[in-house]
Amino acid sequence: PSTSQVQKGLEKLSPAQVDQKTAEVVQYILVKDQKKVPIRRADLVKNIVKDYRTVYPEIIKRASRIFEQVFGLKLVEIDPKNHLYILVNNLDTPPSNPSPVEHPSNPKTGLLFVILGVIFMKGGVVRDKLVWNILKKLRVDSGLKHDEFGDVRKLVTDEFVRQRYLEYNRVAHTEPVEYEFRWGQRADMEVSKAKILEFMAELHDQDPRSWTQQYKEANPTHTSSQASSSSHR
Amino acid sequence: MSRQLGDSHRRFLQNMMTLGITNEQEAKALYQNCCETHKTQCAPDKLDEFIDAINSRLQPMFMQIRKGMSEENGHQYYALVNMAETDITRMTSDYADNELELFRKAMDLIVSSENGKVSSTDILNCTDTMTSKSLKKSETQHLLTRLVQEKWLCERRGEYTLSTRCIIEMEPYIRAMYQDQVKVCHICHNIAFQCQICENPLCGIKIHNPCVARYFKGRTDPHCPACDDFWPHEIPEVRGLRSQSKR
Ligand SMILES: [Mg+2]
Ligand SMILES: [Mg+2]
Ligand SMILES: [Zn+2]
Ligand SMILES: [Zn+2]
Repeated sequence: PSTSQVQKGLEKLSPAQVDQKTAEVVQYILVKDQKKVPIRRADLVKNIVKDYRTVYPEIIKRASRIFEQVFGLKLVEIDPKNHLYILVNNLDTPPSNPSPVEHPSNPKTGLLFVILGVIFMKGGVVRDKLVWNILKKLRVDSGLKHDEFGDVRKLVTDEFVRQRYLEYNRVAHTEPVEYEFRWGQRADMEVSKAKILEFMAELHDQDPRSWTQQYKEANPTHTSSQASSSSHR
Repeated sequence: MSRQLGDSHRRFLQNMMTLGITNEQEAKALYQNCCETHKTQCAPDKLDEFIDAINSRLQPMFMQIRKGMSEENGHQYYALVNMAETDITRMTSDYADNELELFRKAMDLIVSSENGKVSSTDILNCTDTMTSKSLKKSETQHLLTRLVQEKWLCERRGEYTLSTRCIIEMEPYIRAMYQDQVKVCHICHNIAFQCQICENPLCGIKIHNPCVARYFKGRTDPHCPACDDFWPHEIPEVRGLRSQSKR
């Protein structure tokens, strides 16, 4: 709908009606986001927005404002063609002093960080075989059922991929078929490269500055880092 | 009045969204941690005000961080609850219809029981009378494990009780659904499941076990606070704060 159509639509509704619909949209997105699966605009409109579709742009604008002001989250459209949304953390300071409360998803986050780290250290893309080998050295065998993670291969190539933390694609023209990993859109937006480098440095017991190339990429000059962080606010 | 929130409030809320429920000690530590991370002032006795500010902005979303007592140990807990008017709102996206039916049946049994508990055998027997697609024995057992893991039920020696989080979140629902059966604690006036009951048939007031412990602490000759009859039950010990983290 165009701006004037939205305006007309709003005139027919009471502020309380618009607030109520906005609240429903916020709830819906929060519930869906618990599984970290992108939210399709089509589903949102079909299930929640319904008769309010003419004022959809206004409702999504208000919902975004609430996510930022109340929840410290940013609603991001990751696929403008298919209109997919995800919520990413919008708080500037990463949890540097770890939360005193045990985070239930911590072991999975650890596993994800290892994989993101490997990809980052290898310049942004790695073959899946390398990832499986590295995990095996860390006693996480993708061929076996793991106590904590269950089916490791499924967690990595399915769950992390659906959540947009990883991209997992077939490499063209390989026989037998090979796959490669890259950082997913959620990782790009949510995960700091400096943090990942620190994490890898700790894992290898080395100074992060010993990886010159990665250190430069993770800690760009002040002007560009400010530009990228202010865009989150 | 809705108040301006800072990043410390937002971080606290994000943690509550992950945790679902947390005890008072952990909540205080989290509050302090959030304030330190965002370099804002933190007064240890101002946790409830801090949460009130968050609640003032959550209320239009039909959400709230609500405080309640554990029937197990009498300690205060904070839970992030959903107040939307559909029943068992947050569960409907996580559980199938027949799973929710079984959960409601378990809740019926717990509410109508004397001691706020139901055995796994009684829950398994419920599957015969389900209107939605019946659950197999193994599926029911798996569901019960999940309900415990996801903090809706607690289990001890094959007996199930409603979790603190479940009671805090569903109190309005339970009061509305079970108007005639629901018990209320004479001391704290909250809904009561695991409690002691005055044996005077004309009185019959209920008191939570932890409220009994606190109310009768140090009294050698306990009497009912309502009818003054002798209180014949064993008086439990007040549970120390240290046992709190081992839920
Ligand atoms: Mg940011
Ligand atoms: Mg739902
Ligand atoms: Zn009580
Ligand atoms: Zn009495």
